[in-house]
Amino acid sequence: MGLTGLFLISFLVVHAGVNACIWANDGGVLFNKVAHFMGSMIIIRILEVGLFAGIFIHIIQGYVLEFTNRSKRNIGYKINLGNRGSKWYSRSMGLLGTILLLFFIIHWKQFWIPSRFTGVNEVLIDGKEVHNMFNLMQVTFTEPWVVTVYVLACFSLAWHLMHGFQSAFRTIGVHNKRFLVLIQSAGIAFSIIIPLAFAMMPVSMYLGWVK
Amino acid sequence: MEHYSMNLTLKVWKQKNAKAKGSFETFEVNDISSEMSFLEMFDVLNEKLIHEGKDAIAFDHDCREGICGTCSMYINGRPHGPWHGTTTCQLHMRAFKDGDTIVVEPWRAKAFPVIKDLIVDRTSFDKIIQAGGYISVNTGSAVDGNAMPVEKDNADKAFAAAACIGCGACVAACKNSSALLFVAAKVAHLALVPQGAPERKTRVMNMINVMDKEGFGSCTFTTACEAVCPKEISVTNISRLNQEYFLAGLTGDK
Repeated sequence: MGLTGLFLISFLVVHAGVNACIWANDGGVLFNKVAHFMGSMIIIRILEVGLFAGIFIHIIQGYVLEFTNRSKRNIGYKINLGNRGSKWYSRSMGLLGTILLLFFIIHWKQFWIPSRFTGVNEVLIDGKEVHNMFNLMQVTFTEPWVVTVYVLACFSLAWHLMHGFQSAFRTIGVHNKRFLVLIQSAGIAFSIIIPLAFAMMPVSMYLGWVK
Repeated sequence: MEHYSMNLTLKVWKQKNAKAKGSFETFEVNDISSEMSFLEMFDVLNEKLIHEGKDAIAFDHDCREGICGTCSMYINGRPHGPWHGTTTCQLHMRAFKDGDTIVVEPWRAKAFPVIKDLIVDRTSFDKIIQAGGYISVNTGSAVDGNAMPVEKDNADKAFAAAACIGCGACVAACKNSSALLFVAAKVAHLALVPQGAPERKTRVMNMINVMDKEGFGSCTFTTACEAVCPKEISVTNISRLNQEYFLAGLTGDK
């Protein structure tokens, strides 16, 4: 879980970085250029296969872990320890992960499948025809329910990362006190900044801050 | 603090034997001194039950000094009760007030089956210890205590890990019924001192294999174990165990 989690964390940085290009506010020129670069580079296409492998391994591992662990206690307690011993989100990784999985299905249907298989409107940039992913974002995020779903998914991502980030490092054996303090602080910052950036993308589009 | 007496209502798990279906029974206890220990309060209740010709409540206890790890009650939703870093036997009735209702349950885990009432079978911990919680020593006269130098920092960390009394509160509190804090304390204790070096790689592999076989869950770092541990064993030991496990997996023969 830890290794695949760290791999997916590194992907989030790339994904957020690419998408942040929408805030160049240049009609999507920079964003479409970068998106085209990501889609046309052979190395990145190979890495994409690794990415999907990572996601599915993480999902399968997560569910196996969740259900195996649940089977280890036949009778529950009358009064649970609850928040007195741990944070609610550390105990709810299965639920938060499931919300993210459901979001991914919507997200892939809206963006990844059109860009890879069913086609996206083209736009001419630097004399080259490229997918107009910026326009696809604009059109997709005109619907309030879509924006709401994306923002809720970002909350799930934030809580999932709040536990997952530091837990992943502990899983791979980091026990040095100084590093643990650093990892915990970096984990909190990462869990706020990345989901906030992702949440602001549909919000910016919907409110017309980005044109 | 002023001493006081209290009347309490206890809801205690009663189960005739390992195969019987248990349930909660309610007991009233009166004139309990705030200076009594929690187990002494149970002694008073049991004496009353015996006088009335009823079955006493079965519970585990031995040293009553907080060092043997035998007592094991899940009190008001927390292993060993409300006090931090305290075993059930060291919990005193001044933690409660007159009129309180206290719910007492046994440890709940598939690997710790209930034998009777509040007593659970913790043989699985013994099996984990048998698998690797030992060191090899030469027979003959005892080695001089200072013959083998140990770095002070490591000695302190090893000592802190060795404080684990194997009570099983970590398993009881963990939502996954994981025993990893217990195993980590034992592995870290012996990995930090040179005496543990000969079996270092096999120890961690063997102990984890037995832990899995005995039916404990996997750790997901919720850290509930650390929060309830009466000996305040740190989850950092689990990270150390993970490192030991990776290294043993990569470089060991097993």
